[in-house]
Amino acid sequence: MTHPALTERPEKRPRTGARPGPGPGPATVRRRRLRGLATVALFILPALVLYGLLVLAPIAIAAYTSMFRWNGLGGWPEDFVGLDNFTRLFDSDVFHGDLRNGLIIIVLSLLVQLPFALGLALLLNRRMRGRAVYRLLFFAPYVLSEVITGVLFSLILSPESGLANQLLRAVGLEELERAWLADPSTVLPALFAVMTWKYFGFYMILFLAGRQGIPAELGEAAAIDGATAWEQFRHVTLPLLGPTIRIAAFLSIIGTVQLFDLVWVLTGGGPDHASETLAVTMFQFGFKRTQVGYASAISVVMFLLSMIFALAYLRFVMRRDTQGAVTTMGDHR
Amino acid sequence: MSRRRPAGPSRAKGLSLHLLAVLLAAFVLVPILFGVLGGFKDNAQLATNPFGLPAPWHPENYTEVLGSVSFWRQIGNSVLVALATTVLVVGLSALAAFAFARFAFRGREVLFTIFTAGLMFPFAVAILPLFVLMRAFGLLDNPLGVILVQAAFGLPMTIIILRGFFAGVPREVEEAAVIDGCTPFGVFWRVLLPMARPALATVSVLAIVASWNNFFLPLAVFNDPDWWTIPLGVQQFQGQYSSDIARTLAYVVLAMVPALAFYAVAERHLISGLTAGATKG
Repeated sequence: MTHPALTERPEKRPRTGARPGPGPGPATVRRRRLRGLATVALFILPALVLYGLLVLAPIAIAAYTSMFRWNGLGGWPEDFVGLDNFTRLFDSDVFHGDLRNGLIIIVLSLLVQLPFALGLALLLNRRMRGRAVYRLLFFAPYVLSEVITGVLFSLILSPESGLANQLLRAVGLEELERAWLADPSTVLPALFAVMTWKYFGFYMILFLAGRQGIPAELGEAAAIDGATAWEQFRHVTLPLLGPTIRIAAFLSIIGTVQLFDLVWVLTGGGPDHASETLAVTMFQFGFKRTQVGYASAISVVMFLLSMIFALAYLRFVMRRDTQGAVTTMGDHR
Repeated sequence: MSRRRPAGPSRAKGLSLHLLAVLLAAFVLVPILFGVLGGFKDNAQLATNPFGLPAPWHPENYTEVLGSVSFWRQIGNSVLVALATTVLVVGLSALAAFAFARFAFRGREVLFTIFTAGLMFPFAVAILPLFVLMRAFGLLDNPLGVILVQAAFGLPMTIIILRGFFAGVPREVEEAAVIDGCTPFGVFWRVLLPMARPALATVSVLAIVASWNNFFLPLAVFNDPDWWTIPLGVQQFQGQYSSDIARTLAYVVLAMVPALAFYAVAERHLISGLTAGATKG
């Protein structure tokens, strides 16, 4: 232990009693302990204050304002309505649509995007020419903001001079042309395609890191025992990648719950709410239609959804993943 | 590294592998190239000649954006917000992470868990109450309104990564410093922090990228165009010139350049930070 005073049992929480007392000649032990607490407080308090005020408090505020009818203007809300905002929300078709859209995107991500990224990571894990370049390239869209991505693709997917339809025309598939973002039946797949463009590289990098942590000897041993490439993948690589896969799925789902920027720029949630997400609905009511109480209720629901999901996921899906099981990705090479 | 034996069918396999990689590269590159080349066309060319090189080249779209005050102002705002956010979040996190890694005190694990819980809840949940708070503090249309919030939301990830690093430094290092008369802060400032440079670089890169790409928060906080950051500017530009596709493409492409340039420089830190963060979170 570094600072001897700090290893002793502190009497109070670090945030309280941070000063050595002025009492006459207290035991040196006590003084050292208080000084130790003061040191801890000095190190942690600044972060804790900022975090408490701007991360934790907003959740409480949202919970409070969600029980009022409030236009958000001036002062604090007064028109208490209990849980009316929530019952109204649960009856709303838009809310049901948000949940459905979120679910569709999650299912598509888990069934298409992640397996795709995984396959790609396994390919790029082999020795092949230009591997480093491909890796660099595939990850590049991740660093572009969702807004830039969204604006670029809104132009690519535009009906007339957009690249997508021009390509279809060029190869003689005119009948497949669509107003991708304006047609309720194509808007979600189009949104998902853009999400894939932007994010598959991120998951690929995660899987690559996980794959590189698996010792080559395991695969070799399996090969010597006569395992085919598929059997090696199925019984060696895949199980050992389990923790990474579970984390990737977690990130993908949590990301979808709060999906906003891309949707806002690409479609604004339209046409007719066909691509709307919870965050978009919340923004609409909170910032455009000044129904802040109702929008707060949406925030609270988003919070509860992600909290319940996260806790359940940690408890039931990731409980086997003890710390460090994902190999040595942590050490920064 | 997995070694492959060069067997009979591996040649054909290698070829199809390369084909797949090239197809994917096209999937990534074509939209960007469409943007870059489209910015050099005019709208008539975009409709009639979508795939070819611009004929003739029209650099005006780019030069007009580069000559506009608002573009550079947005870049400046983005830089300011990103740097201030990074200094704040890395500074506060380093202090806290040091305490979490090195001091034993009651409630440490609980406190640490409270910080890590922040990784799980969506930023979008907080945006509305944050708007109300910022208005109460008078921080709307003030860069602090974005900087403080971004820093606060960056704390969990940054603290986790830095704590992991500090915990890995051998205790002998600081015991020696303490024997030489260093205070805890002296240990932190003069011994551990300089050692932590690679980890600090990693978390700084994460913070810069997150701030640079943030859209939701500035959208809520900045009403005044003078404070707009690049993502706000891009979105607004698209709305304003919705019929002028070529010009919008030029704006989007120019807005991409800083992020891609930064990626080229800091790719290693970004990737190590993301993988470390994802696995430790």
